[in-house]
Amino acid sequence: MEPVIKTDNLTIRFGGQIAVDHVSCEIPEKHFKSIIGPNGAGKTTFFNLLSGELKPTEGEVYLKGERITHLSSIERARKGLGRSFQITNVFPNLTVLENVRLAIQSREKIYFQMLRYFTSYKHLIEEAEHILEQVLLIDKKDAIASQLTHGEKRKLEIAMLLALDSEILLLDEPTAGMSLEEVPIILDVIRNIKEKGEKTILLIEHKMDLILDLSDSIMVLFNGQLLADGTPEEIMRNELVESAYLGGMYNDDLAGNQ
Amino acid sequence: MELLINLTINGLSTGMLIFLLASGLTLIFGLMHVLNFAHGGLFAWGAYAGVWFYSITSSFTVALIGAIIVGALLGFITERLIIRPVYGDVVPQILITLGFMLVISEMLKVVWGPNQIAATVPPALSGSWEIGDVLIIKYRLFIILMGFLVFGIFYYILKRTKIGLIVRAGVINNEMVQALGINIKRVFLLVFMTGAALAALGGALMAPYSGVIYAEMGMDFAILAFIVVVIGGMGSFPGSLFAAILVGLAGSYMAYYVPDLSLAVNMIIMVLVLIFRPQGLFAVKG
Repeated sequence: MEPVIKTDNLTIRFGGQIAVDHVSCEIPEKHFKSIIGPNGAGKTTFFNLLSGELKPTEGEVYLKGERITHLSSIERARKGLGRSFQITNVFPNLTVLENVRLAIQSREKIYFQMLRYFTSYKHLIEEAEHILEQVLLIDKKDAIASQLTHGEKRKLEIAMLLALDSEILLLDEPTAGMSLEEVPIILDVIRNIKEKGEKTILLIEHKMDLILDLSDSIMVLFNGQLLADGTPEEIMRNELVESAYLGGMYNDDLAGNQ
Repeated sequence: MELLINLTINGLSTGMLIFLLASGLTLIFGLMHVLNFAHGGLFAWGAYAGVWFYSITSSFTVALIGAIIVGALLGFITERLIIRPVYGDVVPQILITLGFMLVISEMLKVVWGPNQIAATVPPALSGSWEIGDVLIIKYRLFIILMGFLVFGIFYYILKRTKIGLIVRAGVINNEMVQALGINIKRVFLLVFMTGAALAALGGALMAPYSGVIYAEMGMDFAILAFIVVVIGGMGSFPGSLFAAILVGLAGSYMAYYVPDLSLAVNMIIMVLVLIFRPQGLFAVKG
């Protein structure tokens, strides 16, 4: 079967620094893949290349067999590639409900039919509320987004991704900066999405233990290179990965082994 | 007391005219990051169009609608030909919109001649009511009502419709709206045309109020409108109403009590806002 996302020797250089170094990978449909790696391994840069925020120096990105390397992030979002950001990104002066409603609207592309608003407005709100229930944020639907806690903002962001109904979700450290109590809630939300089995999910995570049981497969980035790619069990047993995480002192040697 | 009421009505009606100009300006700036110096020109075109339509149809309703249509059409042309090529480039924007302002002001003279033109208040709105000792000029009251009506309509659109939500979100962060897959450039044209139409409506209402119209009239009001945009907070629609009324009232009271300060007072308010709350009274950006 055709992979949903495929990268071919994807590379980006910032001056002399190679942030992502000839990464080739394939992600099958409805697959849950996690990307792990130490700080500065190029995980977020890799995401930016997938989502179109950055253009590669070399290599290609394919979406369902179609080359999308030249498309902008807007065009990719239209094709079903949705992403959340490591730094929270919601509209601060809109209410929670309005944030989600905006995402639903953009999916439905009905923003120019002002006059149809009387007939179609209500279902937008109902759908937005339904999504907010899924991410456990329904109590805050009338709050202004800037008043939310950090964890709540991340939930809102996931709600917006769900509202966009992207086939592919790119989640960049959804638990970053969250309190300990909030982390399991977000993981539950992600688990719920996974168990519905409708989406292909790519997740960046810094803490490996959080995502072991969620992932169908894990790829490890290190110094911009793809160090390993396999099932969680394989990754756990992989010695290279172990030393990448534990032996930070010898990074350079390790990169040379690859 | 009568004096105070009269000054207040004067101030409010001037404020409403400024609001019609400033509301479009603030949305255009907030959403598209374009400082449109040609906005005053659109205001003057609205005034001329209103007077012209009134002179041939004798209907003030037709005059106002005609001015709105002329404004929207001019807005369409301006966005497509003048603004679109310079999105994101501040210096060319200032130069080209200032230049366009001069061109469209001079074009007024080409079409309607260089002389001032008299504008009359339609009979139904002329005259005044006397309530006790207070003399209320009908036309001024009419302008105030029109101002609140326009505010109400647009507040509703911004708050409750889909397009309104996109505009508000775009003012906060238009790149993120695009990241959601919405083509914001298409919304730009609509917002620009709406802003131009509001400016033209303001001009058409202004004409009978001042009694004469002339090609440079847009400039005077545009400066007040820019002050209002800064005071109200760039991109804030309610902010532009609040600041316009503030500027209108301050001008009206000062002109009576401290005439020497009547021109300076708005600048003073703006300077104070810039010092103590540089993002404006109703900041929108997060």
